[in-house]
Amino acid sequence: MLDYEILRVIWWLLLGVLLIGYAIMDGFDLGVSTLLPFIAKTETEKRVLLHTIEPYWEGNQIWLVLGGGAIFAAWPAIYAVSFSGLYLALCLVLVALILRPVSFAFRNKFEDTAWKGFWSWTHFISGFLPALLTGVAVGNVIIGLPFKIDQFDLSITYHGGFFELLNPFALLCGLVSLSMIIMQGSIYTAMKTEDALHERSKVIAKYAGMVLLVLYAIGALFTAFLVKGYVITSAVITNGPSNPLYKTVEQKVGAWFHNFIDMPWTLLAPVLVILGVVFVLKFIKADKMGYAIISSSTAIFGVVATAGVIMFPFILPSSYDLASSLTVWDSSSSQLTLQIMLIVTLIFFPIVVLYTGWVFRVLRGKVNQQTVAEEEY
Amino acid sequence: MFGLDNVDLSRIQFAYTVGIHFIFVPLTIGLALLMAIMETIYVKTGKEIYKQMVQFWAILFAMNFAMGVATGVPMEFQFGTNWSYYAHYVGDVFGSPLAIEGLMAFFLEATFIGLFFFGWNKLTKIQHATVTWLVFLGSNFSALWILVANGWMQNPVGSYFNLDTMRMEMDSFGALILNPAAQWRFLHTLTASYILGSVFVIGVSSLYLLRGKNIEFAKRSIMVAAVVGLISTIITAFAGDRQGIIVHQQQPAKMAAIEAIWDTEAYPAGVTLFALPNQEGQKNFFAVRIPAALGLLVGDEVKGVKDVIAENENRIRSGLIAYKSLNEYKADRNNTAARATFEAHVGDLGYALLLFRNLQDISQATDKDIQMAAAGTIPKVAPLFFSFRFMVGLGVLFFVFFTTTYVMMLRNTFVKSKCMQYIALWIMPLPWIAIFLGWFVAEYGRQPWVIQDILPTFRSASHLSAGTVFSSLAGFFIIYTCLVIVDAILMVRQVKKGPENSNSH
Repeated sequence: MLDYEILRVIWWLLLGVLLIGYAIMDGFDLGVSTLLPFIAKTETEKRVLLHTIEPYWEGNQIWLVLGGGAIFAAWPAIYAVSFSGLYLALCLVLVALILRPVSFAFRNKFEDTAWKGFWSWTHFISGFLPALLTGVAVGNVIIGLPFKIDQFDLSITYHGGFFELLNPFALLCGLVSLSMIIMQGSIYTAMKTEDALHERSKVIAKYAGMVLLVLYAIGALFTAFLVKGYVITSAVITNGPSNPLYKTVEQKVGAWFHNFIDMPWTLLAPVLVILGVVFVLKFIKADKMGYAIISSSTAIFGVVATAGVIMFPFILPSSYDLASSLTVWDSSSSQLTLQIMLIVTLIFFPIVVLYTGWVFRVLRGKVNQQTVAEEEY
Repeated sequence: MFGLDNVDLSRIQFAYTVGIHFIFVPLTIGLALLMAIMETIYVKTGKEIYKQMVQFWAILFAMNFAMGVATGVPMEFQFGTNWSYYAHYVGDVFGSPLAIEGLMAFFLEATFIGLFFFGWNKLTKIQHATVTWLVFLGSNFSALWILVANGWMQNPVGSYFNLDTMRMEMDSFGALILNPAAQWRFLHTLTASYILGSVFVIGVSSLYLLRGKNIEFAKRSIMVAAVVGLISTIITAFAGDRQGIIVHQQQPAKMAAIEAIWDTEAYPAGVTLFALPNQEGQKNFFAVRIPAALGLLVGDEVKGVKDVIAENENRIRSGLIAYKSLNEYKADRNNTAARATFEAHVGDLGYALLLFRNLQDISQATDKDIQMAAAGTIPKVAPLFFSFRFMVGLGVLFFVFFTTTYVMMLRNTFVKSKCMQYIALWIMPLPWIAIFLGWFVAEYGRQPWVIQDILPTFRSASHLSAGTVFSSLAGFFIIYTCLVIVDAILMVRQVKKGPENSNSH
């Protein structure tokens, strides 16, 4: 069996892979849905826009579903605390996730303007809400959630309300996430469409990229000078039982920048964000949208990775009871479960990547009025 | 909130959302199989009508698949939102099948469903048929893993309680997968879904026959569905019988309740066909019985409710010893005697937790508390007794229906028999009822446990206020009700349009 410490780090990385996969893959279709009421002027354009994502969005959303399942299996304590603590916020996300499949399935069933208009707006909600709220959630995780884990039975109590989640830093993170999803969605649209839609999307992509960079920089300043990070003050035991209460923790402004100093290679994350956006702007100018989406995905990788590396080894700090904070070393599943799940992942994940790639290849090409007329069902 | 607490409301919410979810799931599983078979016939024979059949049923499939996805994500989330102690306590074991479901099943299904609809002009016939089979495979894998998870809730094998982390942890993945409670339940649920899909296809096709439209389309659809339905009914019955034996061995309380057996019956026990069970008096008012039949099925004595309660009372006492020694050990980690006592009684720890329903400090439990908790280990007998019989009755009805349909199709008399066509139309809701009754027996019959013998349902909820859960429940209720109505209207509309006017490629 692999070492418990190594397994925990691998599963921390896999958690990152899933979140990054979700942001990159579902990012483009969430972005398209968010833009739907704004860049498509006519019904024909709306149909073209929807047609660019209709064959893919379902597979993309599985990144989120699998992310949930993987956190449940590999990080059950994190699953339990975050889902129950963020109860009402998650219910809002669920509204979006419930509306999304039916928006695709129902919209074209009636040739009626009001009907179609209604399902266009549900499309918007189903793209906009997750794009914004995922960032708000991550922002709150970075400053810590107010929960406490019971000494005897490790049950969780949450000591905060819904509106406290809408604090300035979390909202800023929400906007970072939103601008990054809009950038990804508009570049994807530009790649898949022609003429007016193509041109309009390029303009939006350019501005979204610039906004992302500015907001990301403000977020970095916030994190360095205002946000209280967390530090483990007791001896760090990396292969002990998953009981968070065996350690002590302290809060300090600037602590979230320690990893950049102690492990300078982690600076790669912000570097990728900057390079990614710069290349996005360059390739949009050159009208090379394939390269632009790779650059945009690189920037997304950098943004999500930043949140991960600044907090390591913390995953979900507690602002209410510092010792209850959940870290890589004390909130995972058992060694055996992590090992088995790793083997399963090593077998099936490459298969998923292979057939997803094949499906994208079969369905490649631009979408226009004619393709819509031929393929819509 | 209306006399309901957080636990009650969370249970209602879970039951409601899973109930709505499972309207769509068996339909899409059943339709996927029928579509895959129809497309295979298309590839083999080259007859265009089979392609038309696949495409028409696929339109109905698509709407319900969307509803299944929409209502499915909230199921996964609720384990964390409403049942966070459950997530902590068993996530190490229960989380794995859910994650594997995502990796192995959802990706397959969701990726190829897009190609299924948009790949008609871009793939060869054989490639496209393969894609259809992959969608089918994805939906079946999904059922496999979710039933591995559910099987573990009924019969928690391959796991142990860890003192340090205060939760259940896996010690054998093989036992988890090969859990007999999971395997037979998987087969039973899958084939029941095929029955539902078949009854649906025969029903809609009969509507066309009644209206004298799409005769050729309807006849061929009915023939495929009748064969699938008939085979599935036989397998469902067989898998159900196997499951009965497993329930008898692993969940004696559920078995006693389903059969309304109050006093233990020596081998071979009889079957009660009909009775009026009385829970307070622990007896049946009026019973029609066949001697020896149940005993021959399960091959053993059948424990009665009274004996199950008596046994469980002992297990609660043993569980209390485990609980007290756990406390002693946690206070002093060098107390090896306490640890040894704990290990000897840990199998009954869950039974001690039952006492938390009425007590803050269960170490002070009196004999009366223990007796009350023991009486609560038996689910309500009457609802289980009747639900089970109604489900079995419907199963027999489906067998008769499919056999008749098949024979009449062979003789070409189905097309002429208005009577049979009306029957086919009217029985369309019945498979849903049978499936809900089956799940009711499985889940309600396990109460008061969420994990049999390990974790009581009321202990596994999150610490939420009743008002919070009520607001989410109200939200689910409003959104789901609207969506179900819209879905139903659109389905009826699509059926009325018929295959000839359905725009598909």
